[in-house]
Amino acid sequence: MADNKTIKITYREALKQAIREALLGDERVFLMGEDVGRYGGAFAVSKGLLQEFGPDRIMDVPLSESGFTGAGIGAALAGMRPIVEVMTVNFSLLAMDQIVNNAATLLHMSGGQLNVPVVIRMGCGIGRQLAAQHSHSWEPLYAHIPGLIVLSVGTHEDARGMLLSALKSPDPVVIFEYTYMLNMEAEIPAGAGAVDISKAKVRREGKDISIITYGAGVYKSLEAATELAASGIEAEVVDLRVLRPLDETTFLASVGKTHRALVVEEAWRSVGLAAEVSARITEKAFYELDAPVQRLCGVEVPIPYPKHLEDASVPQRGDIVRAVKKMIKP
Amino acid sequence: MTEAELKTVIFQLLKQIAPDTEPSTLQSGDNIRDTLGIDSFDALQFLVALDEKLGIEIPEQDYGKTGTLEQLVAYVQSKMS
Amino acid sequence: MCERAFPNHLITKSTYNQIHIPMIEFRMPSLGADMEDGTLREWKVKPGDMVHRGDIIADVETMKGIIEIEVFDEGIVEQLLIKEDEKVPVGTVMALIAPSKAEVGVKTPAPEAKAPELHPIEEKMPAAAVSVPAHEGIRASPLAKRIAAENHLDLATVHGTGEGGAITREDVEKAIAERDIKLPPRAPVAAPPAVATDSIRMAVAAAMSKSNREIPHYYLDIAIDMSKALAWLAEANRQRPVQKRLLPVVLLIKAVARSLQEFPDLNALWDNGLQRKKDINIGFVVSLRTGGLVVPAIHHADKKTLDEIMEALNDLIPRARALKLRSSELSESTITLTNLGDGGADSVFGVIYPPQVAIVGFGGITEQPFAENGMLGVRPVLRATLAGDHRATDGLTGSRFLATLKKHLQQPETL
Repeated sequence: MADNKTIKITYREALKQAIREALLGDERVFLMGEDVGRYGGAFAVSKGLLQEFGPDRIMDVPLSESGFTGAGIGAALAGMRPIVEVMTVNFSLLAMDQIVNNAATLLHMSGGQLNVPVVIRMGCGIGRQLAAQHSHSWEPLYAHIPGLIVLSVGTHEDARGMLLSALKSPDPVVIFEYTYMLNMEAEIPAGAGAVDISKAKVRREGKDISIITYGAGVYKSLEAATELAASGIEAEVVDLRVLRPLDETTFLASVGKTHRALVVEEAWRSVGLAAEVSARITEKAFYELDAPVQRLCGVEVPIPYPKHLEDASVPQRGDIVRAVKKMIKP
Repeated sequence: MTEAELKTVIFQLLKQIAPDTEPSTLQSGDNIRDTLGIDSFDALQFLVALDEKLGIEIPEQDYGKTGTLEQLVAYVQSKMS
Repeated sequence: MCERAFPNHLITKSTYNQIHIPMIEFRMPSLGADMEDGTLREWKVKPGDMVHRGDIIADVETMKGIIEIEVFDEGIVEQLLIKEDEKVPVGTVMALIAPSKAEVGVKTPAPEAKAPELHPIEEKMPAAAVSVPAHEGIRASPLAKRIAAENHLDLATVHGTGEGGAITREDVEKAIAERDIKLPPRAPVAAPPAVATDSIRMAVAAAMSKSNREIPHYYLDIAIDMSKALAWLAEANRQRPVQKRLLPVVLLIKAVARSLQEFPDLNALWDNGLQRKKDINIGFVVSLRTGGLVVPAIHHADKKTLDEIMEALNDLIPRARALKLRSSELSESTITLTNLGDGGADSVFGVIYPPQVAIVGFGGITEQPFAENGMLGVRPVLRATLAGDHRATDGLTGSRFLATLKKHLQQPETL
């Protein structure tokens, strides 16, 4: 009966509802991170949760990413289900040793005896003029590491559901959230909850070209597809969602249908996910290709501070439209 | 062997040699090779089959006497009697 | 230390094999210039089987029917790489054969191989992806090339509208649609052969188009008095049971083979230059009643007696009509002979089957006024023609060849 009912919600609120539902549903779950309690989260995602759940479950930590991420991994080993918030992806480099050398390897090094069910959330991407030390897109760095599951929250539905599924995983999950999208509103089903975290998803169907993207690229690509439809080009938009392990079946099937692929990502072009996706298409769908695979990626510079330069540093809707038109009608 | 029986045998053998033709539509005055589009190789195969089936050996100089269905039937009957 | 723990991961399976024994790669053979791919219907061998040169190891379906494929190496079948009913391009590796020199019967090639088999790092690729696309030098998308190959469309005839003039799927589909409009509608034929005669038609079309596009033909003809040959043949046949009788074409085949011994430049292939062939294998054109033709080879025709040539025809023609030929019979002809037979046209000027460099044509034998030694008489006359590849030979060679052919047919007893 409530199937068709939707609610309008911001990306921020969807993230918060997911955390709240997780805290309510499993007493082993707790949130830890810089300013998540008293301040309500650097981006106000956890505002009010301290009051509701108390300091044992909404835990402010010292400014030591390596220390508190390590504590989260320890808690996970001890049977808890910690949600570790790292304020931005840039700071996560300080925790990289814990994530890569401990969280990602312990299952392997213990011969399968130790699982590390930790969930590490981090804000990333441009959009709030936070400049070169707070705004990067380093999904590819983590997607490179065997032993991790890497998720990218490109839609409100996934903001509401990915965390819940990630907490069910016995293995460490890194979730990328996009600060640029926090205030964006969208409709989601009123009963939205946990979502699948193994598959990519076709967000819009089309027959002329596959736009393969993730994260902040998803809505931009969908808008571009709407604009392209007006000029008679039916673009299919594939949201990768799971950056590791990559669900190649979905995007290869899409390319098998459209025979053209444009990969869009905000991360730097060289050695990124777009390169990986492009390589797999060439390896496994070569004879389906009617044009060379193209990539539209972030410009290879430290993210600039001024708004117009910040905008120019990542692919925008207009860039996607132009790239697609060039591929279809050169 | 009656003429009708003989014709049936001839049609069967022709059908074996050239499965995609319809020998039973042959009229008695029709030239067999021309009508069915049978080449010299198949014609020889037919004579071999006729020999094996009925024991009638047609020498090369008599080929001209077996051109039409009517001629062939008469020739074979004369040899069998 | 970790690197030392997994050193073999650095060795892929193929390099592994190369280090220990070079495997013989058995590839999808090309059974003619018009063949681009084939479908494996049945393996006649399994891993571990010993194979010898000439053994039939697979049945492959091509546009020309189901062909028995022979192997030309000796060894033990190591691995079958292609599954039955899989369609692969010409040149695709279908099986690996361990050469027999490397210790017959020993399955594990080298002592190091005792370690549990390591999975190669590279993932298994679909077989089709391994081979080289058929059209080199043409800018076309992989998809366009694939669709063109599946539809037997020559990409050289397609105008590309993609980036930098590349041929796209749309261009190919348009070209196919235009071509199909030009082709007459299919006649409702109840075709007995398993393979549609359409595909044979397309195969002939592809080969003949290529020939006409690439080969500069020259044409010669000669009238040959066949009185002596036919008289000799009538006498020979009088002494034979009907099963052993010879057809006039047997004399023609043998006479051509004999003449080719003296003109090796006509018994050759053109592949960036003339390549003379040692064996004289005459491709004999067999027409299918439902349309189209196939050209099986009569191997070593110069070394066969007339009776052996007749036996070869008795074997080949019915199998050709049933589209059940072997790979060597479809791929090893060194020249083509087309014989119209009785009741048709007087002469035929053939189109060379690439990469061959000549085709000999015989019309029907008809009674003609014939002048000789100042006398006019009526004789059974045969018109023999030669179409030659002008890159390979000149008219003088062709003319001498026809004169030699005529001479041989005046001495049937020596054939």
